Amino acid sequence: MVSRILFRLGEICTHFVKEMGEIAMLLLNTISWMFTPPLRIRNIFRQMESVGIKSALVIILTGIFAGMVVALGSYTGFKRFGGESLLGMTVALAMARELGPVMTALMVTARAGSAMAAELGTMRVTEQIDALATMAVNPIQYLIVPRVLAGIFMVPILTIVCASIGILGGYFVSVGLLGLNPGIYMANTVEYVEFLDIAKGVSKGFFFGFIISLISCYKGFYARGGAEGVGKATTEAVVFSSVAVLIGNYILTSFLF
Amino acid sequence: MTKQIIRVVDLHKSFNNLEVLCGINLSIEKGKTTVILGGSGVGKTVFIKHLIGLMKPDRGSIYVDDVDITRLREKKLAEIRKKFGMLFQESALFDSLTVGENVGFPIKEHTKLSTEAIDKIVREKLEQVGLQGIEDKYPSELSGGMKRRVGLARAMALNPEILLFDEPTTGLDPIRKNIINDLIINTQRRGGLTCVAITHDITTTFQIAHRVAMVHEGIIVEEGLTEEFKNSSNPIVQAFLAGKPGE
Repeated sequence: MVSRILFRLGEICTHFVKEMGEIAMLLLNTISWMFTPPLRIRNIFRQMESVGIKSALVIILTGIFAGMVVALGSYTGFKRFGGESLLGMTVALAMARELGPVMTALMVTARAGSAMAAELGTMRVTEQIDALATMAVNPIQYLIVPRVLAGIFMVPILTIVCASIGILGGYFVSVGLLGLNPGIYMANTVEYVEFLDIAKGVSKGFFFGFIISLISCYKGFYARGGAEGVGKATTEAVVFSSVAVLIGNYILTSFLF
Repeated sequence: MTKQIIRVVDLHKSFNNLEVLCGINLSIEKGKTTVILGGSGVGKTVFIKHLIGLMKPDRGSIYVDDVDITRLREKKLAEIRKKFGMLFQESALFDSLTVGENVGFPIKEHTKLSTEAIDKIVREKLEQVGLQGIEDKYPSELSGGMKRRVGLARAMALNPEILLFDEPTTGLDPIRKNIINDLIINTQRRGGLTCVAITHDITTTFQIAHRVAMVHEGIIVEEGLTEEFKNSSNPIVQAFLAGKPGE
């Protein structure tokens, strides 16, 4: 019994170390091919459209409701000690520093990360990735570099969109529904929210964009075992990316703020 | 004397402690069609993927024009790969691209030709495989046989010296099988190409092969000209040709 548990534990550890090694190798290769010509501008823009433009609507919806619920939830607490005037600052800080980057990253994972893993996984199991290589086209340069660059560039932009819309949503609830004074609300927001708060939130977006696209590409690129394997790769891409975003967010918050 | 364009020396490959290739030695003659024959699951696909550097062996060497490709870095390997064209078992066409874009893909990647010139080559290559006017269709709109032919047109797009075929006729009906076999024969003759095909199909083997090598339990158990192979006294070969379980 004990030996079986130890054996299973060993297997899990070996698998974890192997995956970490493969991700590290993929990362090194991706960085190396990123700076090797030709730069595939068209592929990069296509992926930026897929990650950025096509995720915009879901990000706007997420952002506006996140901002609204923060305002609504915080109002109850602030009202108890007469601190309603701090609502604007609270919503803005929450959206810029935490909710904007994290909600954006989770939504991009669900929409674009899963698509990356499924697309690359299908290409792997139908030998399209091998076909690329036989045509002397490096699959990492052709498929992964544009996706990782799209993640790095688009997630910060989406983070700004999400945070801005969230702040607007908070304003709508606070001023429009809860009847707070708009002048005080805005004055508090502008006074207490610093540029660095926004910059640090955006820098989280860079990190999340990079980690989501790398994990999703890794899972898809090394998918095995037909349709079931593609499904497994897609699920793992979403789960691992989401967990990495949440853990990464805690670590970044503790270092940045 | 016929030149050997590919030389495989003592090739070993294992997956999860299971040895699939156990020391393959084989020479491929230039300008001939060599068929690697063997039952399902004996490692034929693993072998052909080594020939073009898609897999790295655990041990052994593969010389293409006297260059050991197992020791090459990615960029040098890409140069060697330009000598090859490969037709995959399920064609491996890019499903997000049209037929025309699929065939033109390697030309666009490796030449500076204008779009018009690429379109002209694409039409020529499709004509060579007996397909016309399907440039704007997507792979999902094609039958299995048509996909193979488009795959062959794409493999020939850069006029390679060596064509590799991974189970070129598996899953096709006898008529389409003959069409593909004839295409392989005509393509090989027209360009004097070196062709290497892996298959378990005996009819295809004897139709297209100049030379046949048989893989069994990870090694080459018999190799020779097609006629010599047919008359081989090797019991494994005879059992396979007769469709009986081997030893």
